[in-house]
Amino acid sequence: MPKITFIDVDGTSYDAMVDAGLSLMEGAINVGVPGVLAICGGSCACSTCHGYIDDAWVALVGGPNDIEDATLELANERRAGSRLTCQVQVTAAMDGLVVHVAKND
Amino acid sequence: MVIIGAGQAGLQIAECLRRGGHAGRLTLLGEEPWPPYQRPPLSKKYLAGDLADERVFCRPLAQLAKQEIEFRANTRVVAIDRTARAVVLASGERLAYTGLAIATGARPRALPVAGAEHPAVCYLRGLQDAQGLQAKLVRAQQVVVIGGGFIGLEVAATAREAGKTVSVIEGADRLMARAVAPGISSYFAQTHRARGVDLRFGCQVSGLVPVAAGGLRVELSDGGVLHADLVVAGVGALPNQELAAQAGLACANGIVVDEYARTNDPLIVAAGDCTWHVNRRYPAPLRLESVQNAVDQAKIAALSLLGVAQPYQDLPWFWSDQYDVKLQIAGLSLAHDTTVVRGGSEAFSVFYFAAGALVGVDSINRPADHMLARKLLSAGRAVTPAQAVDLAFDLKALLQDPTG
Ligand SMILES: Cc1cc2nc3c(=O)[nH]c(=O)nc-3n(C[C@H](O)[C@H](O)[C@H](O)COP(=O)(O)OP(=O)(O)OC[C@H]3O[C@@H](n4cnc5c(N)ncnc54)[C@H](O)[C@@H]3O)c2cc1C
Ligand code: FES
Repeated sequence: MPKITFIDVDGTSYDAMVDAGLSLMEGAINVGVPGVLAICGGSCACSTCHGYIDDAWVALVGGPNDIEDATLELANERRAGSRLTCQVQVTAAMDGLVVHVAKND
Repeated sequence: MVIIGAGQAGLQIAECLRRGGHAGRLTLLGEEPWPPYQRPPLSKKYLAGDLADERVFCRPLAQLAKQEIEFRANTRVVAIDRTARAVVLASGERLAYTGLAIATGARPRALPVAGAEHPAVCYLRGLQDAQGLQAKLVRAQQVVVIGGGFIGLEVAATAREAGKTVSVIEGADRLMARAVAPGISSYFAQTHRARGVDLRFGCQVSGLVPVAAGGLRVELSDGGVLHADLVVAGVGALPNQELAAQAGLACANGIVVDEYARTNDPLIVAAGDCTWHVNRRYPAPLRLESVQNAVDQAKIAALSLLGVAQPYQDLPWFWSDQYDVKLQIAGLSLAHDTTVVRGGSEAFSVFYFAAGALVGVDSINRPADHMLARKLLSAGRAVTPAQAVDLAFDLKALLQDPTG
């Protein structure tokens, strides 16, 4: 089971063992990362699950599709590694992935 | 502190109370057997069978325990004793409160038609409804949906994608008439028809007659007759306000709360689908059924219980997924005098104006417009109809200009 590390806005780090096939957002919710609000429950409608994929992992995780890209457009502080974590499906290859949680409100 | 109703609003109140510094006992009471869960997937992915139960839960139980939220499932509150400051459970047990939040949600309006008690007639509000509906949907071939609102249309789309024969009966002359402009309604009418859904406007169901071989004969007010193995009624919802009303709290179309989510009892707040509430953006009280309202109003309610008066003024927003079409709504557009369309025929947004001011934007497959509209509306930025229709005009620029 891949291990994902979430680093919240306040610097607290949370390790989550996430089943492949779940989203990064679900992994964060399951361990209770406070900064991942995920108000729309993964419908790609709210952008309150925004996070930054650690630089070392950006290539492996890949970029957003058109709808996510548009939704991200106005999320807080978009950067190169920005993703909506509900739209990233965890795979075995993501074992060790680090996600920095964005300022979600 | 005690919270009645463990839905999205109840959970949010509990977590905000903890995060906001409430150190004492915190009890979240829910009559359903599950932890707080998301309702939106119930008419979408969950109904299609694509999600396990745990995947609609808002939090695993362990996360509630970690925050020292005493969550009690299968626990129905039957009375609020304001004099003794206690809630009474169905078991007879009494729980004292120093502050109380009511987040009891809403329930489906019953179909006012003879024969509606037949087991082939379903409603969709909770996980239990969704489980029952899903099981019946698998076996059904002919599905009749009563009501062309969001839930009815999402169920119709899911049923059609599962290969069922689907009819939708709508009393008005267009879909989602209480929420969106005619242009959006007609786009969705075309979408459903193109997928093979039979849409019937301007007629009601006048009778539901059991058929010996199984299923129901659905009789329509225009003389039409349909056969249904499954009838799904999506004809609106009623606020769960009886508990509050019996305790002498003011109720209208929902539990009456002010802009701080306070009822007329200073120790009691309410939030979510059950409230008739004040939002500082609008002149008249409202009742909304949306995740946005449940979550944002819950934060205000929790602050009030903590003694912080922060007025509710968040912008309403909503979404609906039907097939691969994404409808996103920002603001409230009911009172408008002008509409303009931005974009083409398959991806566009309708901008609504009242007395020259932008009041709402409905977007179809244009999530960037939606997100931008939310920011523009929240900040109260001026947008003109001419700017809104002009695809060459970058609406984003209006956000940067603080004097705009
Ligand atoms: C099928 C469906 C699809 C939807 N899709 C969308 C969507 O796409 N987008 C969107 O924004 N919104 C959508 N909504 C609306 C959204 O889910 C609701 O607005 C939201 O869940 C309201 O939250 P709430 O906490 O106010 O009420 P609820 O979630 O209804 O929670 C209230 C809880 O209180 C419990 N309760 C009631 N009385 C008592 C009592 N006396 N004692 C103990 N417990 C009690 C109830 O059992 C319930 O669990 C949808 C709703 C449904 C039903
Ligand atoms: S949870 Fe809403 S966009 Fe990801």
